[in-house]
Amino acid sequence: MLNTVWLVPALPLTGFLLLVLFGRRLGEPKAGWFASAMCGSAFVVTLLVFLNMVSKTAEERSHVVKVFSWIPVGSLHVDLAFLADQLSITMALFITGIGTLIHLYAVGYMHGDAKFSKFFIYLNLFVFSMLMLVLGENLLVTFLGWEGVGTCSYFLISFWHTRDSAATAGKKAFVTNRVGDWGFMMAMFLAFGAVGTLSYGSINSAAHAGSISHVTATAIALMLFVGACGKSAQLPLYLWLPDAMEGPTPVSALIHAATMVTAGVFLMTRMNPVLAEAYHWAPTIIAVVGAATALFAATVAVAQNDIKKVLAYSTVSQLGYMFLAVGSGAYVAAIFHMVTHAFFKALLFLGSGSVIHGMHHEQDMRKMGALRVLMPITGFTFIIGWLAIAGVPPFAGFWSKDEILLYVFANNRALYVVGLITALLTAFYMTRQVIMVFFGEAKWKDQSEEHGAHGDFVPHESPKIMLLPLVVLAILSVGGGLLQLPFTKNLHFLEKWLEPIVAHGEAHIDGSWASNNKYLLMLVAIVVALSGIALAVGVYGKKKLPAIEPQILANAWNYDKGVSAFMGGPGRQSFEGVAWADAHVIDGAVRGTGLLVRQSSGIVRKIQSGYVRVYAAAIVIGVLAMLAWFMWRGVA
Amino acid sequence: MMLATIVPTSTWYLILGAILFGIGMVGVLVRRNPLIMFMSIELMLNAVNLTFVALSTKLTDINGQTAVFFVLVVAAAEVVVGLGIIVSIMRRRSEISVDDLSALKG
Amino acid sequence: MELVVFICAAAMVLAGALGVVLRSNPVHAALSLVLTLFGIAVMFVSQHAEFLAAVQVVVYAGAIVVLFLFVIMLLGVDRAENLETEPLGIQRPLAIILGLGFVALLITAILKGRDALNMRGDGINVASDGDHDANIRQIARSIFTNYVVAFEVTSVLLIVAVVGTVVLARKRKSDKDLIGVAP
Repeated sequence: MLNTVWLVPALPLTGFLLLVLFGRRLGEPKAGWFASAMCGSAFVVTLLVFLNMVSKTAEERSHVVKVFSWIPVGSLHVDLAFLADQLSITMALFITGIGTLIHLYAVGYMHGDAKFSKFFIYLNLFVFSMLMLVLGENLLVTFLGWEGVGTCSYFLISFWHTRDSAATAGKKAFVTNRVGDWGFMMAMFLAFGAVGTLSYGSINSAAHAGSISHVTATAIALMLFVGACGKSAQLPLYLWLPDAMEGPTPVSALIHAATMVTAGVFLMTRMNPVLAEAYHWAPTIIAVVGAATALFAATVAVAQNDIKKVLAYSTVSQLGYMFLAVGSGAYVAAIFHMVTHAFFKALLFLGSGSVIHGMHHEQDMRKMGALRVLMPITGFTFIIGWLAIAGVPPFAGFWSKDEILLYVFANNRALYVVGLITALLTAFYMTRQVIMVFFGEAKWKDQSEEHGAHGDFVPHESPKIMLLPLVVLAILSVGGGLLQLPFTKNLHFLEKWLEPIVAHGEAHIDGSWASNNKYLLMLVAIVVALSGIALAVGVYGKKKLPAIEPQILANAWNYDKGVSAFMGGPGRQSFEGVAWADAHVIDGAVRGTGLLVRQSSGIVRKIQSGYVRVYAAAIVIGVLAMLAWFMWRGVA
Repeated sequence: MMLATIVPTSTWYLILGAILFGIGMVGVLVRRNPLIMFMSIELMLNAVNLTFVALSTKLTDINGQTAVFFVLVVAAAEVVVGLGIIVSIMRRRSEISVDDLSALKG
Repeated sequence: MELVVFICAAAMVLAGALGVVLRSNPVHAALSLVLTLFGIAVMFVSQHAEFLAAVQVVVYAGAIVVLFLFVIMLLGVDRAENLETEPLGIQRPLAIILGLGFVALLITAILKGRDALNMRGDGINVASDGDHDANIRQIARSIFTNYVVAFEVTSVLLIVAVVGTVVLARKRKSDKDLIGVAP
């Protein structure tokens, strides 16, 4: 059964190819059904592979399926091969599962769009690329998927490309990703140089065996982290994610919440033995960047008014949590949070899409309100998602976030405090969002003239095809915590499942103060979450406290402006300097050589004077030289 | 007389041939009239002939003289063709000088 | 006796050679060439290469120099070259240096290799009172057995040369410049 794992990416690829050829003829909605069917069958295959894997022992679960030998050049042998092990199948499960749900949702959301079938072409291509990324057996196949998802992200963000902002956002995402990709490539070069192969198995066993030096391991790990920063929107390179909200909401849900942005966390987890071999300060850097990003994004989310932008910054913040976990050695917790985050963030995004759909494409929260009456299912599922992300038990988000905070506390108290503050802010801004959208006064009543002159404008509930995924995701957000309950070791399903993958790098905190007092820390987390909610209710619900939304937060601490200024000013100057050097030094050397040859030939050609006697003299000189040489040879 | 006992050896002929060759060579380089240049070339050929015969005597090998035979034949043919060329080029001129044929300069 | 012959012949050769190179009038140069050729013929005789001496006089002095004189006549007898000037300034000093160097090298080579020349051939038949044609016979035997191919080829060469020259020296119907030379 494990041998069929190649089917999992092959099915969406087939969907992509067939839709390219026949998509427009299939039209709406058949193209959408077909794409969803492809994604769904990939999910079924993944499920079967998973069940087969469960029935095996821990040692037998890792399986490599080689499709063909891709690059056999000299000492570099790269195969197009898939590695089906616990980590990749876990990722593939929720990628295909949530992917199918979002495909179904999109059939309803993109109803009436002129480029309906093209949307599904890109969606299937995206799922294919993402599966290549997680199922890859070596860094190069992962990189193939990595670039693929970046490209699809570009296509899908700028799907409505006639809108300037959408086109710009797509370009911004692609370029920023590219900067991160440089890090990935450097890591690949270093890994190849150190180990001689790009295969995960070989690199990780080399790291286990200690044959990668600390310096190299640190370099590889940090370069991979640069790539992860680009793809997973961490602090220096996060700026594409909020702008990526220009794309249709299913895109935001699938790519920018559940799957693509988690690629960085996946990569770090995959290469955790290398990170474990690095210097001690390397994981600390990762943890600090993660924590800083989490806090930064949470502060910005407090002041956003677009329903999707809040969720975008929230995603950046939650990703920061995941990297904080990675840096603290809590790989299982990071994956756990990744899975639960996929559930509730996709739910929140799809829910916001439902709201936008029902509000006739209005996205400003200040113009919504009291929607829970008119959109009951959307509201109900959204509230479940809200409780999950805020960290209220027994919903999924609480368990995963608590697990992370536990490991962080054992590692670094200061980062624990940062994490706690971020949790408070998360609860705060999510509550703010829920209140502004679903409770309070119905501010849309004043806007009825703007939304078409067909009498009263009343927001309506979305069609059933869009509500079904919401319900499924809500159920998952409630029960997702069952993957890893902290009460006894027997309930640590995820940890036991992933143990062979992360054994080398996982931090062990049994016996530490944090582990012994985990219930106390759990209580602290619950208190923080509830106080965040209470604060938000006080500010926005009961209007008892003043709302503090400084402009600087709304502008994301002017980070975008800072980057533009830097790139436009010193950045541009350095680029121009490099271009000048290229034109004058490098090209100059080449042209100079040509010039030198021409000028010297201009001098040398004067020997050809045209006079026969000069030529005769030249011949005589040559003969004389030869004669002299022969004589000298004969004498000596 | 003591002089009567001195017999010119092959070496003398060889040296004379070398000197003759040198004079012919200088003539080719210095003179501008094509006919005179040609005659200098004939001088050089004769020097070679002299060398061949001297060595043929020294080595008692008839092949040297055979070589001279062929040199003579070829020299004759070459003179014929060369003079034909000179005539066809220089016919219409008033002042003949090899230096005028410098159209092939670089 | 041979010494005297050698010295006279050498004087003729050198005088003629210098005359060819140094006389401005081409007719004088041609006559100096004849002097040289005669000197060479005398030297051939003194080395017992009688056949070659005869051929030298008949072909070289008799035909080739006559040919030269015909061409001089055709192109103008009084076209004397101006030996005072030399348009290419470096040519004369260069020629003298090269000539001297060349001769020096050759003489050195000759002197050095003097002892290396050992007797090795099949012998040369010298014409004597009893056998006037010994030399001719030996040369003939050599040509027509060892070098017969070369002989045939040279006969072809002669025909080609004659035909080619006739074609070359024709006056064209049109009077346009055949070879683009500076006037």
